[in-house]
Amino acid sequence: MQANILTTEQIRALIAKGKLKDAVFKAVGIFCLAIALLVIVLLVSDMVMKGSERFTVDFFMNFASRRATQAGILSAWVGSLLVMLVTALAAVPLGVAAGVYLEEYAKRNWITELIEINITNLAAVPSIVYGLLALGIFVYQFGFGQSILSAGLTLALLILPIIIVSTREAIRAIPAMIREGSMAVGATRWQTCRYHIIPYAMPGILTGVIIGLARAIGETAPIITIGALTFIAFLPPVPYTTGTDGVTAGMFDWVMSPFTVMPIQIFNWTSRPDPAFEVNAAAAGFVLMAMVLSMNAVAIYLRYKMRKNIKW
Amino acid sequence: MNHAMSANNTSDLHVVSDRLSRNAMRNISERVIEALLFAAAAVSVLTTIGIVYVLVSESVQFFQHVSIIDFLTDTQWTPLFDDAHFGIMVLISGTLVSSLVALIVAIPMGTIIAIYLSEFAGSKVREVAKPILELLGGIPTIVFGYFALLMVTPLLQKILPGLPGFSLLSAGLVMGIMIVPYIASLSEDAMRAVPMSLREGSYAMGSTRLYTAIHVVVPAAFSGLAASYILAISRAVGETMILAVAAGMQPNLTANPMEPAATITSFIVQVALGDLPHGSIGYQTIFAAGLTLIMITLMFNILGQWLRRRFRENY
Repeated sequence: MQANILTTEQIRALIAKGKLKDAVFKAVGIFCLAIALLVIVLLVSDMVMKGSERFTVDFFMNFASRRATQAGILSAWVGSLLVMLVTALAAVPLGVAAGVYLEEYAKRNWITELIEINITNLAAVPSIVYGLLALGIFVYQFGFGQSILSAGLTLALLILPIIIVSTREAIRAIPAMIREGSMAVGATRWQTCRYHIIPYAMPGILTGVIIGLARAIGETAPIITIGALTFIAFLPPVPYTTGTDGVTAGMFDWVMSPFTVMPIQIFNWTSRPDPAFEVNAAAAGFVLMAMVLSMNAVAIYLRYKMRKNIKW
Repeated sequence: MNHAMSANNTSDLHVVSDRLSRNAMRNISERVIEALLFAAAAVSVLTTIGIVYVLVSESVQFFQHVSIIDFLTDTQWTPLFDDAHFGIMVLISGTLVSSLVALIVAIPMGTIIAIYLSEFAGSKVREVAKPILELLGGIPTIVFGYFALLMVTPLLQKILPGLPGFSLLSAGLVMGIMIVPYIASLSEDAMRAVPMSLREGSYAMGSTRLYTAIHVVVPAAFSGLAASYILAISRAVGETMILAVAAGMQPNLTANPMEPAATITSFIVQVALGDLPHGSIGYQTIFAAGLTLIMITLMFNILGQWLRRRFRENY
């Protein structure tokens, strides 16, 4: 046999070669991870350095302007917050309800299967297609126009799969004995869900909601597609106040207001040839990154805590 | 015993019927709640129906003006000019070239990271590396677009002096970095699901970690890896903002990543930024483009399903 011909030295050399290859691969792996980290560090540091001169109160309190030094992100961050509010109000109840249905109620039949396949496929649909859906349905068929409501609902549909999947995972981690105990003392299925399943799954659901909203707040393409304006120099009407036109705004008038959001403002500034706006784009980009990364960090921390704490 | 006898008592009867009616109420509300929950779950189906309906109905109107043959074979894309041409090939070429660049970066890098994390790294490294990847995956694409245009392009121009200010290359490279976390985390999950006994068998035969990873773990997890690559392709094909910012938006039938070009997605953004009247041919064009985009991703997803079935390993 071949192996018998090898001397001890040759075998040692062979082992050394194998170990070297291992070490080389390990180095390549660490190198690739380092690139990922480097990109984050480069991005953040570049934005901080370029945008640092704009981190003033004025930048947050000024509207967009033709002059780069006077332009601010007031309408953008207010718009982003309001759109997120609509998104959360629509996506959280729908997503949690769908997750609870699929885990606790659904029978194993073709309808359930259809819904499940649908959710998996929707997660892979490009976000701009949601924009087209919203343009056709929300903006024109329902007549919501290019409003905060249209944008919020679009992003809600976009993040629905994320919330459903995380709700289902959280519910699946709850042992069967909790349900059995609850039903044994006479609780109905809904009472079991309402008082046991949903509260115990809450940290997991919350993680999914935060990740979903972090994704939604950075989405640009679907909101551009529904036709959000890039230059907005006013805020949506505050409920029960009288505007300059003498009309008192109703409770929900703000949802129908035109708006702009942070990512669109950044896009607008990035695509201008004047380098003075690059500074604005960097500063606004840093604000958006800070929002998204801190939301993600909270979600990661929550998940970490959960894994440590839960012992049934 | 006593209880059964006293059931004749009128007040007790009252209690029983009270309970029965409360039970009936409870059953009704249970039913209503179940129906509501089902309705919430059905929203996902409605969304799909909505997407198909919107894309198809607007595209049908579009194809009454433009023949499908022209759409697929014309080599010019000038939908907003007087001399309008609707050759979707032009946009598809931009989409495919940029996606290819992205995948050339993302598939090796993502796979290497996945192999490293699942086969080599200790739990300490993993606990640090996974959140970093997750943060990278969470960065908004518009920020990546900024990164591509204002940092990567100037850097590349130092190495390749002829590179224009907008190019598929720099957009594609950054898109690749953006996709790495998806491939890495899905592939790692797939490889961690490979049973330990297979690795132990390989180690017992004297193979090194790398040999085991490449010849035992990767083939065993192949269906999962394929699924992650397919998802990566869908991401790349559907990515919008990086391309809209960094690849320029002029239609250009090209296979050269060093050139600027429009993609299906960046064309939609460009049209949406303008002010096209509802029902015009330009408005319908973006739905035809969207339908093409969905068809391409659908094609890759079907391929992915097939691959997964073909290479599924059961343990």
